[in-house]
Order: sequence, then structure tokens, then C-alpha cells
Amino acid sequence: MTKTSFRLALTGLAAGLSLAAMQPAAQAAEAGPKPPALSWSFAGPFGKFDRAQLQRGFKVYKEVCASCHGANLVRFRNLSQPGGPEFTPGQVAALAATYQIKDGPNDQGEMFERPGRAADAFPSPFPNEQAARAAQGGAYPPDFSVLAKARTYTRGFPTFIFDIFTQYQEQGPDYIHALLMGYEEPPAGVTLLPGQNYNKYMPGHLIAMPKPISDGQVEYPKGPDGKSPVPETVDQYSRDVAAFMVWMAEPHLEARKRLGMQVMIFLVIFAGLLYYTKKKVWSRMPDGSPAH
Amino acid sequence: MSGHSSYVPKTGIERWLDARLPIIRLTHDSAVSYPVPRNLNYLWTFGGILVFMLVAQIVTGIILVMHYTPHASMAFNSVEHIMRDVNYGWLLRYLHANGASMFFVAVYVHIFRGLYYGSYKAPREVLWILGVVIFLLMMAAAFMGYVLPWGQMSFWGATVITNLFSALPVIGETIVTFLWGGYSVDNPTLNRFFSLHYLLPFMIFGVVVLHIWALHVVGQNNPTGVEVKNVEKDTVPFTPYATVKDVFGMVVFMIVFSWFVFYQPNFMGHADNYIMANPAATPAHIVPEWYFLPFYAILRAIPDKLGGVIAMGSAIVVLAFLPWIDTSKVRSMSYRPIARQLFWAFLVVCIGLGYLGAMPAEGGYVIASQIFTVLYFGYFVALFVVGLFERPKTLPTSIADSVLASAKGGSAARMATATAAEPNVKG
Amino acid sequence: MAHASDTSTGTTRRDFLMLATGAFGAVGVGALVVPLISQLAPDAQVVAAGAPIDLDLAPVAEGQAIKLFWRGKLIFVRHRTKKEIDEALAVDIATLRDPQTDQQRTKAGHEPFLVVYGNCTHLGCVPLGNAPGEPKGDYDGWFCPCHGSHYDSSGRIRKGPAPLNLPVPPYAFTADTKIRIG
Repeated sequence: MTKTSFRLALTGLAAGLSLAAMQPAAQAAEAGPKPPALSWSFAGPFGKFDRAQLQRGFKVYKEVCASCHGANLVRFRNLSQPGGPEFTPGQVAALAATYQIKDGPNDQGEMFERPGRAADAFPSPFPNEQAARAAQGGAYPPDFSVLAKARTYTRGFPTFIFDIFTQYQEQGPDYIHALLMGYEEPPAGVTLLPGQNYNKYMPGHLIAMPKPISDGQVEYPKGPDGKSPVPETVDQYSRDVAAFMVWMAEPHLEARKRLGMQVMIFLVIFAGLLYYTKKKVWSRMPDGSPAH
Repeated sequence: MSGHSSYVPKTGIERWLDARLPIIRLTHDSAVSYPVPRNLNYLWTFGGILVFMLVAQIVTGIILVMHYTPHASMAFNSVEHIMRDVNYGWLLRYLHANGASMFFVAVYVHIFRGLYYGSYKAPREVLWILGVVIFLLMMAAAFMGYVLPWGQMSFWGATVITNLFSALPVIGETIVTFLWGGYSVDNPTLNRFFSLHYLLPFMIFGVVVLHIWALHVVGQNNPTGVEVKNVEKDTVPFTPYATVKDVFGMVVFMIVFSWFVFYQPNFMGHADNYIMANPAATPAHIVPEWYFLPFYAILRAIPDKLGGVIAMGSAIVVLAFLPWIDTSKVRSMSYRPIARQLFWAFLVVCIGLGYLGAMPAEGGYVIASQIFTVLYFGYFVALFVVGLFERPKTLPTSIADSVLASAKGGSAARMATATAAEPNVKG
Repeated sequence: MAHASDTSTGTTRRDFLMLATGAFGAVGVGALVVPLISQLAPDAQVVAAGAPIDLDLAPVAEGQAIKLFWRGKLIFVRHRTKKEIDEALAVDIATLRDPQTDQQRTKAGHEPFLVVYGNCTHLGCVPLGNAPGEPKGDYDGWFCPCHGSHYDSSGRIRKGPAPLNLPVPPYAFTADTKIRIG
């Protein structure tokens, strides 16, 4: 393109940019502060889950969240598959057996309960959505299976374009962590109805879930010195459970990134070879004369 | 350009087959000896890239169907079953979902290349119109495919888009009911969309065959827009010249594709589509996939229901009339100083509309959408007017001349022997 | 570079380049086929659903047979009569198409119970002979109506087109009348 048309294009882009600048101001009022971007072990092209963190996250989920939130797409066997918390199959079988799973009908046509097996899904805390709502004062605690991918916040222009290159995609866990940390006293002028709680990061700030966890509530496995290697705080619990939720939502994340690197290396080398082959082919016309 | 065939059967079997079904001759004539203008730039590799993407979508799609369940209560979980349990299911599903986006990336490059170099002008009108038909079929296929995971965006996208037809007077409501197979978007809708989503790619494939046939009748346009005059001097055979270049383009495109599939697989999607469809709650911001955003912005810019639908439809249909709207005799905008600036402005307008389509329909955004909608259609009016008086730059006498001139210009710059070289105006 | 292609070294280099590029392309296409094919294999859910199952044999009376499924495959469990056991033991295995003794096909101490897969080894039909009144074939076992294979009271092929005996699934007695299949 020539200089003039380039300048024209730039002017247009600048117009678009200034238009875009209006946007954060318009939305900031209702959406509240952006969740802080944390550093996650599974971010970036070489990202891997931290096994110990996933195991801690599972403990938090099991002891705290699971009383209201199901995860009906996750099966016990997933906990021992590669790229996850990687419990041993024995641990998983023992864990599954502590749950009673509804099965049937048997020969008498009756449903019965039996100990869980590795192939069973996590049992939901409520038999159906209506039961959950009835027990929770009308609010429905969402299923955790893919929740880490279903929660996000607006990145805005031009950040969302940079995200392509930085591979930032941890809006879900950042938001979940922020939400768990975001319980506050409502500011003056906001009155809460019964069953409402104030959260700085919740869109609209009103959330039905009361502050679910507090410092020291979940006991983490002890290190050799008799103390937990990570602090038993809400901040740490939130990080761990958010990481666990990312794994639940994307159990093959590690395999994906690993294969991605192999594919990328292959394609770049292949493209290089093709480039020189193309150059070679195009250096001569079919009759052998130089192309230029 | 589809002159006499240069295929000579070498073996007895080839001669035997050639006398009965000249399929090797057809392949040879259209993919080996077919003459290609020697000055094509990399924008011309996107045709091959699009064929690759179509095949990739069909292959991954057929495989996904082996594991997917088209039922309102099972579709969402069956997609997650693919993501979790099927061997490499996550890869196939991400390839297919991101493949749709990459397909549109490639088709937009392809369309804008055609716009810039005037590839729609005589004798390529039918070729161009077939392209518009493919574009429409692609949009239908993409829309119906997006409904299949049965997430919140699937459901509400289907509701909003099918409701567009209710804008039609008298028959509108009936059409919508027939589209739904019920009184709202529900399981019958999902099932018919699934059926049509499987059908449409093969229809696209058929029209692509026609598109390529038409291309091989009239021959490829090129950056100068000057027709081939001397096949010896102006063209090179498709194989190996265009083949190796196209494959190189494809592999570079695959690098970009893989970046999204492996590292940003949900970038082009919506978080809300990981929530199962819920007819009782609409997500706060309903937005279509990015490739529909410019048209969505035009739809919302018009404050009247029927008017919006007509405007949106016209925005696509107007493309089909471009061969007769553009009055200029010169094809390539490289030689059209005014039209070229219009082109870049149009590109910016389209991107701007895309941005506005993603924004909430309120306040300044609506006004901006209306301005940009006028500018969008204004491009076509301006192209009509400008063609009447614009004075194009001197065209090269032939493709070979233009190649030699630009090569000379390049080497002259290298050697810093400053004779007035013709400016290299390739886009 | 362009000038060198006339010389022999140039040609070699070009040939090598073409060869390397072609080889890379072939490897790429080959690698691409891996996920397309391996998705056909049983997925994780199907594999996990094949966990062992427990079965109580107490309700199966002598002379009765039941059908059940494990890993989606049909299994016959037959509580044989004394006569059927004796017949199965009396056979000279040298005369058999697929030589196996009855002891090899049952668990010691639990001879009355025969557990076999319930699909004919010819082309997979379900042989008759479980329910009372069904034809049991010429050897007091099963008779496959599709192509006329006869199995004896040990599930061994005796007559007809089927090549092999009905296979015995992996199972073990966990108690006197309880088995675990798998």
C-alpha cells in the first residue's frame, strides 16, 4: 500500500481506538475492579499443573465446596489419570468407595445404593436443580465441571489482542480466586436483602453464596517439619481450588500444550524447508531462464 | 485459458483409462500444467488454504459426529465427553471449533484480495457470484454448527437469529415456527440444525467445485489486473510453481491455526457457551461469533426490526452486484489512486463495524454503528461514482513486463544506481 | 545461490532440499493420521465401564441358565445337571475341533457352574439353549440357529461351522455361590 492509503488506514485505526477508549469507562461502574492476574503454574506454552496444588485443591473442594456444588462430568478415575492430581488408582478406589452411589434397578425392580467405583461420577449434593434451589433459598450453586471455563471478565481493547500473543487465558481462575477473596462489608448506601452478600468482584456485587471459607478451615498435609508447606489461608485455598477447577474443566491441558510444542516445532521447520524449496523452484522459469 | 490439453499418457494402462475416463488428464490439466500468472503474490495462496480448511472441517466434523449426541438434554455433555474421554477428542473438537474461525479468517483475506485487485470484474462475474454463494453457505453452516454444543450462546444465538425471520410481514411467524419445529428453540430445532450442519459442507464443496471450474475457464486474475497475453512469458505451470508456494502458504497458516488450537483454544469462543443452555436466563451480552460481528452491527444500527434485517441481508447481497457497481475499466486498485484509498477506508469500516457489533447496543455505540453502516454502503456508491471520472495510472503492457520492471526496480535500489525506477505498488 | 544451481553441487543440494521437504511432509501427514485413527479406539469411559462385576449364583437352580452382560458382551452362566457334567467329562478330547477338557473350562470344586461368553464363535449370533424348551443341540448344550453350530454341555464346539469353543471369561469364585467376573 502507498503512503497515503497507509495514513488513511492509520487514521481509521486511531478513530477506532478512541472509540474503544470510551468502553472501559462505561463498563467499569457496573463490573467493579478487574481480578488481579495471578501467576499460575499451568499458564504459558510450557504450563503444567502443580500436582500438590491440585491435591490440595481437591481437598478444599471435597471438604468445603462439594456440600453445595456438584461436578457431574468429573469421574473418580479422572483423579488418577496423567496430567491431573495423579492420586494412585488405589487411593482413588478407596476414595470412591466412601461414597454411596445410587444404582439399579435390581432384579426386584428397586433402586439401591452401593459403594462408589472409579468409573462413577462425583455424586451431586442435590438430586436436581429444583432441590438445590429449594435448599439454597432460590439460588442454584453451579456445577463445577467446566465452571473455570465458563467464568470470565472483560479484558477490553487492546488487552484482548495482546492476549493472543501472551497466551493469557486464565480469566477463569483469576476471577474465581478474586471472588473468594472479594467478600466485603457493603459500602454505605447498599442495603442487602436476606440471602444476599456483598462481593467486590461479582458482577453487580450481590451474590447469594455467603463467604464460603475462612483461614485455617481446611487442614493441609504436613511436611516433614510437621507444618503445612503452604499457608492455610483463604488466599491459598482459593488459589488451590481455582487450579483444581481449571483441571476439572480442562483435564487434558498438559497434553494439549505438550503436543502443541511438538506441532509448532515441526511446522516451523517444515515451513522453513518449504520456503527454500519454493525459492529454488521460483528462481528459474520452466525453460531454465532466470525468473527475473 | 483452458486450451488444449498437454497431457500425454505414458503407460498402456494410462492410455486405456484415458480413453474411457480421462480423470488423469483432468487432474493434469487443472493442477499440473494449468498456467498461473507468474506475478501472483501470497494473497493468492488463500484459495488453496480455503480448500485445505474445508477438507479439515469436513474430516474433523465427520469424526466428531461419531461421538456427539444431538439431543437437547445430552448434547452439552456429549461434547464434554469428547473433550474428556475420547482419544484425542479434545484435539479434534478444538480443531473443528477453531477451524471455523480460521476458515473465516482465510475467506475474509480471500474476499478483500478480490476486492482490492478487482477480481470480480469481467469475465469473472460468475466466479465472484459463486464465491458470494459459498460465503452465504459458510455463514449458515457456521451458525448451525455453533448451536450444536447446546450451551447458552448456542441456544440464545439460535433464538435471536431465527427470530430475524419473524420480521418478514405475514409469513414471518410461520417461517420461524417451521424453523424451530415447535414454539421455541428446543430439541427439534437442534436435530434439524444438526442435519443441515452435516449437509451444508457438502453443498459448499459442490459450489467450490463450480467456483474452481469457473476459475479455470477464465484464468486467474493477478496483481496488475492485466490479462495474460503470452502464456510462455506471462505464466508458469501450476506444478511445481504454484503448488510449492500454496503449500508454503498453507503451512504458515497452519502455524497460526495451531497457535490457537493448542495455546488459545477458547480465545475465539464465549465463556457463556460452557454453561448448558437455559431457556430461562439470557446471558448479559449476547454476541455472535466474531466473523458475524460486522453484519450484526448493521442489524442493530437500524432501529426498525424489518429494516435491520433488510440492511443486514443487503450488506451481503450487495457484494454479488459488485461487478456491475464498479464502473472502472481498470481491475487492480494498484493503478487506481482514489479507489485504493476507498478500499482501505472500507477495510477500516468493516473492522470498526466488527468492533461495534461486540459492544452493547446503547448510547454512542448505536450512533457509531449507524455512521459506519452508512459508510459501509457508501463504499459501493463511491466505487460507482469514482469509476466514472478516476484517471488510472499507466498499466504495464504485460505481466512479464511488470515482473521485469519490479525486478529491475528492486535491483536498482540494491545497487543504489538511482535511475527513476517504476514504484513497486504491490499491496 | 541462483547461479550455483547449474553446477552439480547445486543439483545435489536441490535434490536434498526437495527430499527433506518431501520427507517432512510425509511425516506430517503420517502424524496427522494418528489422532484420526486412535479416536476410533474405545474411549476412557468405555474402558472404565469394564470394571469387574459381582454375581450371586444362589438363585440359579440346577438345570437353569442366566444371561448377563460384562463390558457389553453377553455371558451365559449355567448350573449344569449331573447328567450334563458327566457327558462333558466323558468326551474324548482328541476328537474335538478345539480340544479342551471340561476341567479347563470350569473351576475346581465348582463344576456345576459353567460360565461362557454367549456369542457363537462363527459369526456372533446368540445360540439357543438357555431357556427351558429351547433346542439345546445334539450335545445337550447350545444350538446356534443362524448357521447350525452345536455346542456341548461344556460349551465346546462339536458340529457346524464355528471354529472354536465358547470362550470362558476371566472370573473367580469369591464365595461358595458368588463369582466376580473380570
